[in-house]
Amino acid sequence: MTELPLEEVTGWGRHPVGRGRVDRSDGPGLPAGEDPLVVRGLGRAYGDAAMPAASGGLVVDRTRADRILGFDGDTGRLTCEAGLGLADVLRVFVPRGWFPPVTPGTKFVTVGACVACDVHGKNHHRDGSFGNFLERLVLVTADGRRVECGPARERELFLATVGGMGLTGLIVEVTLKLRRVESPWIVLETVGVDGLETMLAGLKRSADDWPYTVGWIDCLARGREVGRGVLMRGRHATAMEAAGRRRPRGLPLSVPVDAPEWLLNPLFMRWFNYLYYRLHGGTLRRRLVTHERFFYPLDAVGQWNRLYGRRGLLQYQCVLPRAAGAAPLVAILDRLGAAGAASFLAVIKDCGPASDAYLSFPMEGTTLALDLAYRGAPTEALIHELNTVVIAHGGRVYLAKDAVTRPEDFARMMPRLAEWRAVRDRWDPGHRFRSAQSVRLLGDRA
Amino acid sequence: MKVAFVGATRGMGRALARALAERGDSVFLLGRDAAELALSARDLEARGPRAPVGHAPLDLGRPAGFAAALDAADRGLGGLDALVVTGGAFGRQEDLAADPARLAALLEVNFTGTVVLCQQAAARLAARGGGLVCAFSSVAGDRARRSNYLYGASKAGLSVFLDGLDLAYRERGVRVLCVKPGFVRTAMTAGLPVPPFAGEPEAVAAAVVRAMDGGRHQLYAPGIWRWIMLVIRALPRAVLRRVQF
Repeated sequence: MTELPLEEVTGWGRHPVGRGRVDRSDGPGLPAGEDPLVVRGLGRAYGDAAMPAASGGLVVDRTRADRILGFDGDTGRLTCEAGLGLADVLRVFVPRGWFPPVTPGTKFVTVGACVACDVHGKNHHRDGSFGNFLERLVLVTADGRRVECGPARERELFLATVGGMGLTGLIVEVTLKLRRVESPWIVLETVGVDGLETMLAGLKRSADDWPYTVGWIDCLARGREVGRGVLMRGRHATAMEAAGRRRPRGLPLSVPVDAPEWLLNPLFMRWFNYLYYRLHGGTLRRRLVTHERFFYPLDAVGQWNRLYGRRGLLQYQCVLPRAAGAAPLVAILDRLGAAGAASFLAVIKDCGPASDAYLSFPMEGTTLALDLAYRGAPTEALIHELNTVVIAHGGRVYLAKDAVTRPEDFARMMPRLAEWRAVRDRWDPGHRFRSAQSVRLLGDRA
Repeated sequence: MKVAFVGATRGMGRALARALAERGDSVFLLGRDAAELALSARDLEARGPRAPVGHAPLDLGRPAGFAAALDAADRGLGGLDALVVTGGAFGRQEDLAADPARLAALLEVNFTGTVVLCQQAAARLAARGGGLVCAFSSVAGDRARRSNYLYGASKAGLSVFLDGLDLAYRERGVRVLCVKPGFVRTAMTAGLPVPPFAGEPEAVAAAVVRAMDGGRHQLYAPGIWRWIMLVIRALPRAVLRRVQF
């Protein structure tokens, strides 16, 4: 094997920027040797989760291992190599009436990454996270062995791997259950809400009848209007509702270059958020949209991360327990408004019960996600401030998004971190699997 | 279409086999590694309406086994009407130059084996009224480069053969499609410096499927390489000598 060339490696937020040697072979095992490595999928984690621990470190990209190994058309049980993309799952199985049981906000992720991040979606209040639908995983652990685990087999390894950010081993095979759907269409209802209390009440009220709910918040609104936005709820359309509908042909859009930083000035953002509110707020509307439009609106714009300019963006996503009420959310939105921290829209969503997986992100409560253009130290300081609010109310941040949280803050957010560490140490005592994120948050050697 | 496919387990072949299977064509896999063939067959079965997907052994380096492999594909498909060969060997110039055995093996697979197989298949298809032979050559065969002429020579020979095969067999009902990929991001090219205009296997596959349905005898993929190679072929020798290319 010839030496791999050094490449620039970043998360989707394009901050921080690192360098690594990317192994893109499609072989079943780990690269030869003992070098520390980070597993990377399609590069959609925003922060440093899939960046090498040290500059020039080994990055294992197994997205070419993307074969479907079996599908049971009666039960929806799918077994695949972990590099299979969610976009492929949708393309192959939606026309046949099957849908991923849980999907994140982009389809450009691998099934393996859905496991490693224990992703959640608009149905978390009802169905929980991705890990709930797993029957079996196969990992290649640090010693090179293939190990099978699942809810009832090597359960601790399973619980440490789901949401474990790829730090327990290379996930090579996944067996999960898809969901039966009658059509590729979504019945979507949108309604404008005038403030945070109304938004939270609306999410709660919709939760019983709607499998998918989410809110979009104008996060530059201040004072009484904090939390103003649009409540969206959806369900899979029945065959009858979807009859005769043809898929629209969207033009492939892409952002060709880095946008200039002055574009995202507070005035423009305020105007954008306001316009969005005017357009989609207002009285209740019901219509039929494609599942792409409903679940993956941003996927329609290639390289949209370039809109945030050369210095990139940080995405901030936190969850706060239900008991904390609306106050910390108001505090966070107020703080963001005061900082004039430009963000397109913020996403708010109520979560159901937490999973048993040690590092899984969602917990019963409310999650808030927003983009912050990266402008150096002030942006990082803002996130530390927000983290303080989150910790004070018993919440936590999402590792798939995080790039700057401090280790001591992270430890306070994760009550089961010690349990997870113990399992990881058992399977990978030398921490061969490590990332820039695990160096930053867990104290791994760089 | 009922397609006997050599090279469906990896790279552009994997993407092309999927594109064919997903739209309902029958595919039968030929190759060296039975375990890999079985995995890819399961993948194609899950993706397409035609199951089961069969497979049989074929080594492009051993022409003696071709007849049996084509027989197996014929049986599996109930009479094949197309042969696709995406499989081949690749080596870096410096590795091939340093290892005569490896060079000989590459020439054997990319030229001798592929030529004998396509010739045999064309004769079979002509005898039953017609069909399609589609094989992957390379832009590397269009003009010699000092950094890649050994691999390029094997593909140049293949391109000339496919051109001639099309001339000879078209009136007997057999179309021949020579695909010339430019740089495409696959496991084969992993680790090589990525030039401008690099393509993705899925996009190449979509273009090849269209060309298989149409009547063309040659396809550059991604399409821009047609124009790039037009320029490169026109470069004076003095220029090629001077640039490290």
